[in-house]
Amino acid sequence: MARQVRIGVFVCHCGNNIAGTVDVKRVVEELSHYPGVVHAEDYMYMCSDPGQEIMKKAIREKSLTGVVNANCSPTLHQRTFRRVAEAEGINPYRVEIANIREQCSWPHMGDRETATRKAIAIIKAAVEKLRLNMELTPSVTPLTKRALVIGAGIAGIQAALDIANGGYEVVLVEKDICIGGRVMQLAGTFPGMERPDYLLASRLAAVTSHPRIRLYMCSEIEEVSGYVGNFDVIIRQKVGYVDKDRCNGCGLCLEKCPVSVPSEYECGLSQRKAIRIPFPDMAPFNPVIDAEHCLRFNGGQCQACREACPEGAVEFSGEDTLIEENVGIIVAAPGYDLLPAGEPEIYPEDPDIIDGLQFERILSATGPTGGEVRRPSDSKVPREVVFISCVGSRDPEHGVPYCSRVCCMYVAKQALLYRRAVPDGQAYIFYTDMRSDAKGFEEFVQGVMDEGNILYLRGEVSRVFRDGDKIKVWGVDSLVERDVEVSADLVVLARAMVPRPTTRELARRLNIASDEHGFLTEAHIKLRPVESLTSGIYLAGTAQWPRDVPDTIASAEAAACKVLSLFSREELLHEPTIAFVDEEVCSGCGQCVASCAYRAIDIDEGRAVARVNEALCEGCGACAAICPSSAVQLRNSTPRQFFEIIDVASG
Amino acid sequence: MSYYPGCTLKTKALNFEASAIAAMAALGVNLVELPRWNCCGTVYSMAEDDLAHHIAPVRNLVRVSEQGSGKVVTLCSFCYNTLKRADLLMRNSPEKRDAINAFMDEEIDYQGDVEVVHLLEVLRDDLGWEEIAREVKVPLEGLKVVPYYGCTLTRPQEAAIDSVENPTVLQELLRVLGVTVLDFPLATECCGSFEIVSRPDSVTERAYAILGMALRKGAEAIVVSCPLCAHNLGQQQPKIAEKYGNFPGIPIIYFTQLLALAVGISPELCRFDLNFGEVEALLEKKGLLPQCERSGVGE
Repeated sequence: MARQVRIGVFVCHCGNNIAGTVDVKRVVEELSHYPGVVHAEDYMYMCSDPGQEIMKKAIREKSLTGVVNANCSPTLHQRTFRRVAEAEGINPYRVEIANIREQCSWPHMGDRETATRKAIAIIKAAVEKLRLNMELTPSVTPLTKRALVIGAGIAGIQAALDIANGGYEVVLVEKDICIGGRVMQLAGTFPGMERPDYLLASRLAAVTSHPRIRLYMCSEIEEVSGYVGNFDVIIRQKVGYVDKDRCNGCGLCLEKCPVSVPSEYECGLSQRKAIRIPFPDMAPFNPVIDAEHCLRFNGGQCQACREACPEGAVEFSGEDTLIEENVGIIVAAPGYDLLPAGEPEIYPEDPDIIDGLQFERILSATGPTGGEVRRPSDSKVPREVVFISCVGSRDPEHGVPYCSRVCCMYVAKQALLYRRAVPDGQAYIFYTDMRSDAKGFEEFVQGVMDEGNILYLRGEVSRVFRDGDKIKVWGVDSLVERDVEVSADLVVLARAMVPRPTTRELARRLNIASDEHGFLTEAHIKLRPVESLTSGIYLAGTAQWPRDVPDTIASAEAAACKVLSLFSREELLHEPTIAFVDEEVCSGCGQCVASCAYRAIDIDEGRAVARVNEALCEGCGACAAICPSSAVQLRNSTPRQFFEIIDVASG
Repeated sequence: MSYYPGCTLKTKALNFEASAIAAMAALGVNLVELPRWNCCGTVYSMAEDDLAHHIAPVRNLVRVSEQGSGKVVTLCSFCYNTLKRADLLMRNSPEKRDAINAFMDEEIDYQGDVEVVHLLEVLRDDLGWEEIAREVKVPLEGLKVVPYYGCTLTRPQEAAIDSVENPTVLQELLRVLGVTVLDFPLATECCGSFEIVSRPDSVTERAYAILGMALRKGAEAIVVSCPLCAHNLGQQQPKIAEKYGNFPGIPIIYFTQLLALAVGISPELCRFDLNFGEVEALLEKKGLLPQCERSGVGE
């Protein structure tokens, strides 16, 4: 530093938060004699307008070249004070925050002497760091204003439409053979009882015909590389073996196919063929061959579908297509599953013990029973139906600890739909607590309770078992403290919502985090709820936690909003406080490459030195810590700065 | 192998003990009765400060330690549960262990070095189903039974010999023996246990639910591992018949009796005469008795 260092120290009282514990006057007195410090001052609220004015005045009058603000955590006001300093001509990276609130006055409340000495040490440490801070400017990276949305359920569709309607191109990738996701399987939605086709119809049409949305069906994310503003994505589109252009949609192939496998769309309640369409009323439909089950692809000679096809559209050759797309941001909305059958163990496997999604299909007008409520085992109309809430949820011993959030409401909805379909039917609902906490929800549940022939029983179920024609349910009504036994025709288990098994692998490919259950992890549950920890990758819908349709749509719109806000810029600014490599010292050992969670470092094989991708680096410092020769360092957090900090803090 | 009998095995459940010792001998396992054993404590006390209640089971564990045997096998489910949980308490609560050891100053200290197992665990984990299958001389084909675990083999979780909600060890053994095992949803339901002393009527109801279900499932016998279950499910049957009428009754058999029969032990040694219900008549009808050629404790 050729220039003379002239540092100002500004100590904030934060009302009584700091000054109540730390002797701020003594701190100012001490710091005013510290080498390099030419100005030290305290104020009640330094972040307030008058406080900022005090800073500005001192910077001007004392010709300060750097500032230490001693106050709260840098996450709160680092940005504020950097802006103030910048307005007075000081480089913002020559502003340091000394956290004397969260890390000093709060934990040492009641011990004024210790807190004051610690505050002085913290501020001196910040001064030492500042002394060696370089003036930095953010780097600029170009921004590709195209979005990738993963999953064409209601979340992905909503996000895609919002971004496309904002004027930007969207690549929408769906792994299934149809779009619409789980909502398409529902019989109705709470609390308005709208049918899902009503909710989705206009959106499905908009997505498939939108000029700025490119939809890839039967496709999965193969590989993702790059960084915010510039992701390179490889998409694998599964070969369907049917020429879409030649197929006339007659459906003869479906009739002739001899293979039957349980239908995924009907939750195993009916069979589908090995050449398949999503659902019967899907128009126009594109059949695809499911090679996993097709006889032809399992050593057989069958060509029933090809022989049946009047247009010659069926081909038994072809390969998956790998598609490359370049996008600036990614929205991940891969959706949910239910806790699988067989968990928890107290519920035996029985055709008349079904899960919530299966009952949606049975209640659905387009379902496997044609809109009539019939039970799977013998197609009888069930006269007594028992619903059991919290199956596997709120149950850390047997399932998952969290609340599945949607079950209280959909069980009420299903009971209502059942009662409308079977007027002399009786529904029993075992519940743990009623959680009806959103707009119109409680009113809806109360309406269901008043419906008649829907009996709410507060209590747990101890045993469910078949006894001849009936399914016996033993439980307790804890409000009247009595055991309850119901001889039911059908039992519906509200199984916990869980992430899809494939979500973890998707998270790995996107390099984003997932939690212990496999749900995608947001950057901050309150402050950054739809962002992942990786810049430029956003989250939407039920892959994050159990959500109903209103919450899912809201999260998708929030994610789209973040995307559009990013796309409103012409280029991206990137924090300059990131890693750099001293190529004179680096031996190219590669330990830093392995340590980087952001895949931001690689080895330049030709020159045998590490190389930092500045757009990917988040400045976490893992590489700097692991480098055996300190060849990799973080800008403005160098080993030399830390030694100075340790010296002053321990001295 | 060190074997802890407990009181019932020496009184009401002589058939359980006799068949177990004979069957295990045939399988090459010598059950050696623990010297100077005392009451297991019967029911594990869950009171926090009731250390005196754990002295009986711990003293038995000390006996095993003295023998230099790291393992003790039990037959009675109650003994298993009480000994197992006393051992877990001694392992997991150092302060209580020290207090109990200090109180029993005439004994060596118990260090938590004994493994308490139930005979079903020995069969499953030490011998293995394949090994047992090789020793089956008389496959018990045609016999339709339901397994009944009762409560203490699988509760609580830390003392469970199998899944708490859905145990299978008994089914697995019975299938190896050739028995037809029927689905039985009430396999872990409570038989009423010691309520037989204070609320016998409630035990009648429990037994009726369990036995009725077994009959509806088409079972010809119920296979148990617990002498108290055997007692409750057996002795309540006349009362059930009296109260509800039209109740045909169903025999109660210990799993060791079927094991003994299958590995070629003579029916006399199995002491079916002590069982509730006409077990020998049932086995006779199934053609499972005359085929027994060997007699006496196996080779």
